[in-house]
Amino acid sequence: MRVLGLDIGSRSVDAVWLEDGRIVDWAVADSGFDPGSAAAVFVERNAHDAIVSTGYGRHGARERFGGTAVTEITAYGVGAARLFPHAFSVLDIGGQDTKVISLGPGGKVTDFEMNDKCAAGTGKFLEVMARALGFSLEEMAEQGIAASTGVSISSMCTVFAESEVTGLVHRGEDRARIARGLHESIAKRTLSSLKRVNARGPLVFAGGVAKNPAMVALISEGFEGDVLVPEEAQTVGALGAALSLGAAAHQ
Amino acid sequence: MSDQPVDYHPMWAELGLDLPTHDALLGAVGQLFGDAYLTQENRPQGMDYLNFVMSEVHGLRIKELDDYRKSGGKVFGTFCLYVPEEIIRAAAGWCVGLCAGAEFAYDQVEQIMPRNTCSLIKSFMGFKLAKVCPYIESADLVIGETTCDGKKKAYELLGDMHNVYVMELPQMKRDVDMAMWRDEIRDLMAKVEEVTGNTITAESLKASIKEVNDKRRALQRIAATRAADPAPISGKDALLATQVAFYDDVPRFTQMMNALADELEARVAAGEGVAPKGAKRILITGTPMALPNWKLHDIIEKAGAVVVGEEMCTGSRYYQDLVSEDASTLDEMVSDIAEKYLDINCACFTPNQGRLEDVVRMAKELGADGVIDYSLQFCGLYEMEANAVEKTVRDAGFPVLKITTDYSMEDVGQLATRIEAFLEML
Ligand code: SF4
Ligand code: SF4
Repeated sequence: MRVLGLDIGSRSVDAVWLEDGRIVDWAVADSGFDPGSAAAVFVERNAHDAIVSTGYGRHGARERFGGTAVTEITAYGVGAARLFPHAFSVLDIGGQDTKVISLGPGGKVTDFEMNDKCAAGTGKFLEVMARALGFSLEEMAEQGIAASTGVSISSMCTVFAESEVTGLVHRGEDRARIARGLHESIAKRTLSSLKRVNARGPLVFAGGVAKNPAMVALISEGFEGDVLVPEEAQTVGALGAALSLGAAAHQ
Repeated sequence: MSDQPVDYHPMWAELGLDLPTHDALLGAVGQLFGDAYLTQENRPQGMDYLNFVMSEVHGLRIKELDDYRKSGGKVFGTFCLYVPEEIIRAAAGWCVGLCAGAEFAYDQVEQIMPRNTCSLIKSFMGFKLAKVCPYIESADLVIGETTCDGKKKAYELLGDMHNVYVMELPQMKRDVDMAMWRDEIRDLMAKVEEVTGNTITAESLKASIKEVNDKRRALQRIAATRAADPAPISGKDALLATQVAFYDDVPRFTQMMNALADELEARVAAGEGVAPKGAKRILITGTPMALPNWKLHDIIEKAGAVVVGEEMCTGSRYYQDLVSEDASTLDEMVSDIAEKYLDINCACFTPNQGRLEDVVRMAKELGADGVIDYSLQFCGLYEMEANAVEKTVRDAGFPVLKITTDYSMEDVGQLATRIEAFLEML
């Protein structure tokens, strides 16, 4: 049986095709203005017997393509446990939200937390800050790693932090130190969220922001336990969605 | 009832409502009700009554209040569970709940109070400022209470626009507090007698105690059926019953709710339910949900679970305790009323251990799979207490999800994800 897992997120649409539990293909596209159409391309790309959708567009996708839907929380749990069978927790920092998940045996979710309404501490936050600093995202991460100390940033709110950063730049503060401070502030917030759900290592760090070396370094430094970054960090949700069908069938 | 739809606009105009704005509000509430309620399947027949009440929420009921006032009767508006309806009814006053559950005219509200005020307060103030609530405009006296700081100050502001009387509520439950609370109830009696021109007698108070108890008993019967799996009634419908209890005619409502309870008991006996047997069962605890706030229940039940109880003021706190019916003197009755009301477990009291015990007991009795703690944003009391609730409930072996939200619909998608993930986890 071939299952298509679709993760329709705010930044990207990811797909994973499983044939009897083995990954046979995967793909990633930008969500753009019309994530549904991006997903439709994937639905056409390979034959499949079932579809499971996840991500914020899961219900829309289920209506459009049929199949079932699971939340990102469940999907990330299952996906991470497949890639790293010893994992006990997952951190996913995506475009607009952050999730921390504590796992039991077999990737079963035992506790989780998601950030509230705003973009504080997400990929979006980093994008806005990079723009305020005049860096690309990659440059900001490189500079952040290079700086030995960071400027402390007091606002977590994207809007306030942006003006704080602009103010610091105007005062002549070193942009690399600001870059480090920004990453540090997200890491701090993320680490306390991990504590609240009693996350134990190994921790799987997934989602778009897991590609940011500065964030990976800071989380690894602050977390008690191993931090593992899957090679295709973005497709963990789609993989988990596809796998969750099997998990449900076994229940 | 005639088939001809009645035009209530003249009545609303007479009450001083802003007609175009009010029409818009009614339209929005009607649509919300349609989306949340009329899309449900397999509802008990007894809900027809509540559907009807909702369709006439600013119509027929207001007309009844209007007629009553024109015949010399008085109407009292209240915001909080601690204001004893028995006292008001013993002087032939009618009681209506004024809490509001929709975001309205916040721009005007924020000119007179801070943005970071809870939705409940902002909402009733918005309804007042925009002149769209026929209940408050029908109230001869609004009775406030010193529960949280926000409400205390809001009553001062409301006092500039309306006739307001405020009861002093203790914040602890010691003997001195009880003594003071009894005096407060006596003062309220005097006030209600003054406004109505009627004297409260042992006889009239005994009758009103019985009458309000009967209303609570009917709601207790409905609540008890929700322990069955499958649940015979949706959480949304049960919530609506409690919401309507705050302003409907007491004997009629009691009769209709007993009929609904009969039906639900029969459903339970027949193993009939609204959600399939085995659907995830959720207990909600937290701040009250005033009409038309159905946001959380709607998300939970649209995700396939069923809400089996509400430990909140629009829930068990409203009906779980009765006033003793044994007293024969007025003094004894006042003591009994004081005692029953001080037993309510609201977060404005310290300590509030009773609430934690209630939540755990209800979760067990109702066979809940998980508990959702619901706090209105900027309600310091319930947001603070949420941590104690989380810990206690978790220690008792139930998974908990803590939610802080407001009346806006912006976060519905996000909440749905968290709630669905919570359900998948159970
Ligand atoms: S939550 Fe407390 S203050 Fe609010 S209505 Fe209930 S008893 Fe009154
Ligand atoms: S929800 Fe909290 S802040 Fe709002 S009125 Fe009730 S007790 Fe006060």
